Amino acid sequence: MGMPETTLSLEEPGGTVNEESLIRRIREGEHELFYELIRPYERRVYAAALAILRNEADAEDAAQEAMLKAFKHIRQFRFESRFSTWLIQIAVNEARMRRRKQQAVVMEPMVDQRDEEGQYTPRDFADWREIPSEALERAEVRQNLAKALNSLGQKYREVFILRDMQQLSIEDTAKALGISVPSVKTRLLRARLMLRDLLAPGLGGSWSKALSFAKGNKPW
Amino acid sequence: MVVQCADVWREVSNFLDGEVDPGMRTAMEEHFRGCRQCTTVLDGTRNVIQLYGDERMLEVPLGYSQRLHRRLEAGMPRRRGNAFGWMIAFGFATLMLLSFEVGNVTGWGRSDLRSDMARSGIHIPADLSVVAVSDGKVFHLPGCKFIHDKDKLQTMTAGQALQQGYAPCVRCLKKYLSEGKIPGQNVTQSARLEQEDPE
Repeated sequence: MGMPETTLSLEEPGGTVNEESLIRRIREGEHELFYELIRPYERRVYAAALAILRNEADAEDAAQEAMLKAFKHIRQFRFESRFSTWLIQIAVNEARMRRRKQQAVVMEPMVDQRDEEGQYTPRDFADWREIPSEALERAEVRQNLAKALNSLGQKYREVFILRDMQQLSIEDTAKALGISVPSVKTRLLRARLMLRDLLAPGLGGSWSKALSFAKGNKPW
Repeated sequence: MVVQCADVWREVSNFLDGEVDPGMRTAMEEHFRGCRQCTTVLDGTRNVIQLYGDERMLEVPLGYSQRLHRRLEAGMPRRRGNAFGWMIAFGFATLMLLSFEVGNVTGWGRSDLRSDMARSGIHIPADLSVVAVSDGKVFHLPGCKFIHDKDKLQTMTAGQALQQGYAPCVRCLKKYLSEGKIPGQNVTQSARLEQEDPE
């Protein structure tokens, strides 16, 4: 029933030893090996940027810039953490920097400023035991899931995407975002429960009914 | 240990992550057996994790990887070669020099590309008939409105034009370039270069 941490490093390419030797060779001038080094993380870097920027084109540009920065600063990588964690940290920083620039122009709602302390009470107790196996085949379902995710506050989205969509460990999520492990756990709980509240009535209770996430109609 | 619904809601996420101590786990499991509401919350939360954890939920834009590699390639410094590399480079340079001497190909002696855009025309059919101004940087489809020096035109294939370092015109050859579109800065930057310095 539990989701053990051991399943979370599936994407590590051939172990860290291989990665370490790749990094050393890149530093010695075999630049083309950098493509091989980053291949397993290309999606993750994009998703990390998207979690923060919420716009595909911006996220892609930030992901490219982050990769380039990682290449240029590869000598600064100390082998103290996993390369993937370091890379995602760079992507998160790059995306946050861009977001700050955007925010200087467009003011964001203050939702993110809300403190996550205090009890969150589930709102909906619609039964949602079974996920129809074909659910994700439907573009409409994927869109509704994306919409629900987009309606979360920034700090919940970031944690949820890194941890539950990119399968980072709780510790790596904390490192990548520069927050504490307890903060990751609290935000993750909130994010998961809020998404459950949003999705359970549609996906669980009345499956055939179209999901609706009207703007400003958040159930919490 | 006995837990209330509120305790379960606070720990349900940690429970699913295997982050609660054994005492708490047993108490929660006991609670789930008797509480339908909390079981519903547990099932739903697990469903959320499973649904969003699915690969299909994390789509990257089409061509993302290729564009990323191109950006990296453009940003990487030219490789500093080892001794063997230098020998090859020297050999090539000598060959190039010889071919220029022997063939006296054109009046144009530079071996580098004429324009930053020159590499981006890779989707253009090599045998497409195009025109270029002999001392310009850009090649066009015959009849393109953006040809500047019409009396110095040379006809050649797109393959030859690219080989000679000409860049595709961003207007008349646009449809071939869109496929290799680089989002954000690169395209606008190159397009701007093209506008400022059309020939």
